[in-house]
Amino acid sequence: MNSPNTSAPARNVDVARHTDHHKLMHRIRAFETAALKANEEKLVLGAIHPSIGQEAIAAGVCANLRRDDYLLSTHRGHGHTLAKGANANQMMRELLGREGGNSQGKGGSMHIADFSVGMLGANGVVGANINIAAGAAHAIKLKGEDKVSLSIFGDGAINRGPFLEGLNWAKVFELPAVFVCEDNGFASTTRTDAMTAGPGPAARAESLGIPAVTVDGNDVVAVDEAARELVEAARSGGGPRFLVCKTYRLTGHTAADAAPYRPSAEVDEAWKNDPIARCAALLLGAGVSQDELSAHATDATAEMEAVYEDAKAAAWPAIDLAYADVQDIGDPREEANRW
Amino acid sequence: MVTMSYAEAGKQALADEMRRDPLVWAVGEDLGRGGVFGQYKGLVEEFGPDRISDAPISEAAIMGASVGAAMAGTRPVVEMRFADFALCAVDELVNQAAKARYMLGGQTKVPMVIREPMGMWRSSAAQHSQSLESWYTHIPGLTVAAPSTPADNFGLLKSAIRADDPVVYFEHKNLWGLEGEVDEAADPIPFGKARIEREGADITIVAWSAMVHFAREAVNTLAEEGISAELIDLRSLWPWDKDAVLASVGKTGRLIVTHESVSVGGFGAEIAATVSEALFGKLKAPVKRLAAPRIPISYAPPLEDEVRVSPARIAETARAMVSQ
Ligand SMILES: Cc1ncc(C[n+]2csc(CCOP(=O)(O)OP(=O)(O)O)c2C)c(N)n1
Repeated sequence: MNSPNTSAPARNVDVARHTDHHKLMHRIRAFETAALKANEEKLVLGAIHPSIGQEAIAAGVCANLRRDDYLLSTHRGHGHTLAKGANANQMMRELLGREGGNSQGKGGSMHIADFSVGMLGANGVVGANINIAAGAAHAIKLKGEDKVSLSIFGDGAINRGPFLEGLNWAKVFELPAVFVCEDNGFASTTRTDAMTAGPGPAARAESLGIPAVTVDGNDVVAVDEAARELVEAARSGGGPRFLVCKTYRLTGHTAADAAPYRPSAEVDEAWKNDPIARCAALLLGAGVSQDELSAHATDATAEMEAVYEDAKAAAWPAIDLAYADVQDIGDPREEANRW
Repeated sequence: MVTMSYAEAGKQALADEMRRDPLVWAVGEDLGRGGVFGQYKGLVEEFGPDRISDAPISEAAIMGASVGAAMAGTRPVVEMRFADFALCAVDELVNQAAKARYMLGGQTKVPMVIREPMGMWRSSAAQHSQSLESWYTHIPGLTVAAPSTPADNFGLLKSAIRADDPVVYFEHKNLWGLEGEVDEAADPIPFGKARIEREGADITIVAWSAMVHFAREAVNTLAEEGISAELIDLRSLWPWDKDAVLASVGKTGRLIVTHESVSVGGFGAEIAATVSEALFGKLKAPVKRLAAPRIPISYAPPLEDEVRVSPARIAETARAMVSQ
């Protein structure tokens, strides 16, 4: 860990706020560590995409959202969802496909959502959340509400059509939308820059007249400060805003991906830039004790181990749920057992 | 009762629902100028450009943003301009709109109407003529309607706007100008209730959308020859009125299903299979499908006409089946 004096330039450290970030980042990491264990133990059955190394973005961005603001996320959405305030027990049950999951076990990791905290869904289709988020912002504008709609997506998503269509839409209608690109350098097993023309996400947003800011996405303070400004601008009628957070995915693309396509030295180097360690160094420098910081980690681990135990003990969803919530009209059971 | 066109009936239904519910709004390309078929004419003057909203040529965003706007508490009516262009928004419709409610465990519903002008419209060729209604019946979560008359367009569009789930709503381009009586005070027409257009005893003909009018011509011809055909306008394809079809075929013992879309994998196949499963012993003739060959639609009128099922062909097929 960096020594406190060299960890950060002189800046105003809001100890209470960054302590919250530190705790939250540990909770996200502990949740995903437990989820990876569940995956190894074959209790998470579908794909999971860990965000280990990217927690500062979830924490710093969502700290600026109110409970009733909307958030839309991607396949790599556990951290965002927890940061928006979702219940970890319900989330883990969802990952295990159990009763009591946010979506009753019908969606799993890639469709994690918690409408009670404004989290309108991760998405299994890269880039699809961008248009949906623009539309949620459209509804905010039509209803005259004091809210914003924020979507988070990866650097790979900027090569899909909805990126252009959704950003253009948000700008044309001057919507209260904030777009956050988590630029972790990879899209699945491919380095994104190998498949991306031009200077990247911020330039593309700016070409549509959407102000864009790029920050070090592993610096939770920088993310928090940038997000605060952008969210407030969008909330106060300034139209859409764009944030690029440069980061690195410390794990493979999915739990099943050992990521042999990148040198281990690169990964070792990236671990030195772990956002949690950087936040800890900052707080240590501001006078927070090492004991307290360590307690954040152990508390988070204990919490998420209990969350995992709870999910393991939970029952499967009732079979009837297979037929529920298809649509109001008609009974799908009729087709299942006809004649 | 008022006489109005199919297009006016749709406009009237939308206007009524927008007056009734401030959360209803419509969005699509060129709506401010009345829509490409005039089916929105004058609405922007009453409701303003926020609720009769123009859109960029971004079908994926029109559809996808409407999914988000529906989740966030409004009721968008999406105009796709041509059913063919809705294919630019299949992910947003099939993976997002249709799935969200189920996949998110009932945390949300997606109340939106997707208006897709369909069908052959002289010399519009392969990308402006398709009838793709059967595709959407295959997707759990979607309701599919295809009205054939002004009164049905009025009543079904109202139901579509009031529904809490996505409704894919096919209006036939050749019917925009069709006039008919509409009871403006009538209740919305529920989905899954067919209309018995003509009662008959010898054979049942099932159709929807513009094909109902061709089938009616055939039924008139047959009547002159002493053949009594029952014509059922399905009105919605999902849900579809199995009870009405089974009751009718139970009575007549013979069934023709006819549609403008391609025969292979068309919705006629579903109806034929259902009838065969339920009424095998009661059929007096094999069920017959009359639909388009599996070729794209041409520009040149004689080639375009190769795709059409004519009233004469329906009548001829019915005649042969009845004499069997
Ligand atoms: C439309 C679509 N194409 C491909 C995929 C498969 N896929 C899932 S995640 C992923 C990479 C996405 O990269 P990026 O957007 O940068 O997000 P990251 O995984 O780095 O967080 C791909 C290709 C998909 N889910 N959806």
